Amino acid sequence: MIFIMKNNKPERPRTEKIAAVVFALLVWQAGAMLLNNSMLLVTPLTVIKRLFSLCLESDFLSAVSFSFIRIVSGFLFALVTGSILAVIAGRFHLAEVMIWPFIVTIKSVPVVSFIILCLIWLNSRNLSVFIAFLMVLPIVYTNMLQGIKSTDSKLLEMADLFNVIWLKKLKYIYFPQLKPYIISACSVTIGLSWKAGTAAEVIGIPEGSIGEKLYEAKVYFSSGDLLAWTVVIVVASIAFEKLFLFLLRYSFKRLESL
Amino acid sequence: MDIVVSNLSKSFGTNHVLVGFNAIFPGHRLTCLMGPSGCGKTTLLNILMGFIRPDGGSVRGVPRFKSAVFQEDRLCESFNAVSNVRFVCDRKVDTSKVISHLENIGLKDSLDQPVSELSGGMKRRVAIVRSIFAKSDVLFLDEPFKGLDVDTKKDVMQYLKDNMQGRTVIMVTHSIDEVKALNGKLITMSGKDGNNEN
Repeated sequence: MIFIMKNNKPERPRTEKIAAVVFALLVWQAGAMLLNNSMLLVTPLTVIKRLFSLCLESDFLSAVSFSFIRIVSGFLFALVTGSILAVIAGRFHLAEVMIWPFIVTIKSVPVVSFIILCLIWLNSRNLSVFIAFLMVLPIVYTNMLQGIKSTDSKLLEMADLFNVIWLKKLKYIYFPQLKPYIISACSVTIGLSWKAGTAAEVIGIPEGSIGEKLYEAKVYFSSGDLLAWTVVIVVASIAFEKLFLFLLRYSFKRLESL
Repeated sequence: MDIVVSNLSKSFGTNHVLVGFNAIFPGHRLTCLMGPSGCGKTTLLNILMGFIRPDGGSVRGVPRFKSAVFQEDRLCESFNAVSNVRFVCDRKVDTSKVISHLENIGLKDSLDQPVSELSGGMKRRVAIVRSIFAKSDVLFLDEPFKGLDVDTKKDVMQYLKDNMQGRTVIMVTHSIDEVKALNGKLITMSGKDGNNEN
């Protein structure tokens, strides 16, 4: 599974994007007006109003930070673990063979099975850490291993001939080669970790989480709350993705200029 | 110390590239290998550099510290020329010295560009400067002047002459003029079995 995405298409103009979003909002507004049932579908304006009132509630920040810390921890833990495992698997074929069944199992077993298993094993408060970890790990591992395997062997041969130390090999040969693989793995998995993490919270209902708020919205048939919290999740996910990818690219740039 | 190659053999499948090859490469001197394409010049260099194992025979006297200009440049494409040279250098080597060498060889205006943006001839020159800066007792040059125009080739030859002294140098070439200009010992490889020394 390789997630390298080469985007050769020209970037869509900003005005086009704004027009598309406005059109989507209008469709939503029209749908809500036609249904005329706030339990089934509320208008975008109602969601925005609810979002502002949510932000002013005392437990808003604590719920966001509860889920944010756990989902991001799961993502970062998987990024580190997946990278280390890929390095080991890239170096030793036996390790790759031994890791393979675990990765295939994690990839193919439905996430809900892991959630239930996790609820049996663990405290529901840390459920989203584990689920985000499981969703991210195989993608990071597979991408990184693919990157390591495609490292230019002629360059490594050259470095060995010149007795180049491993730290320099890492900077000059491995990092430039792995950079696109790491970036694409991260951009794919950050959104995924938020989706799976909040889904796990809805099932496990840990107290004080975004998942609990979504569950309450379901119980009280409050589609306004549901959509407002969904907007919060999407904004948190995109903001973290942008910030993390910026820091990652910046770190690579700094490393190359050292 | 001389590098002594005795009765060397190497085959790739049914293609017998080297059969009972013998040669002596004198220490601290330039030896040029000439011969038709496919006669095993690059294979011999690869054996001497330790990249491939011979099927038979022996190689003695290859120093520990080696340097090379490969047939393909083998540069780190996303880094500039200075970084590529510094890649093989000791930390103590002054960057200004690296820059002065690159400038002397005609790369003054291309120092900050990533190597991927340089022309074939420019990349070749970066690879040559890199081979000079690497700590080495033996230098392997596989067609080092490939892709250089006449004037640049002259400058690069002079650069090599000035900077390779004291090292054992083994160079693969197709040009007798290069052998003469660099005043090297010539070994002609006729292919398969044997060699003539001049």
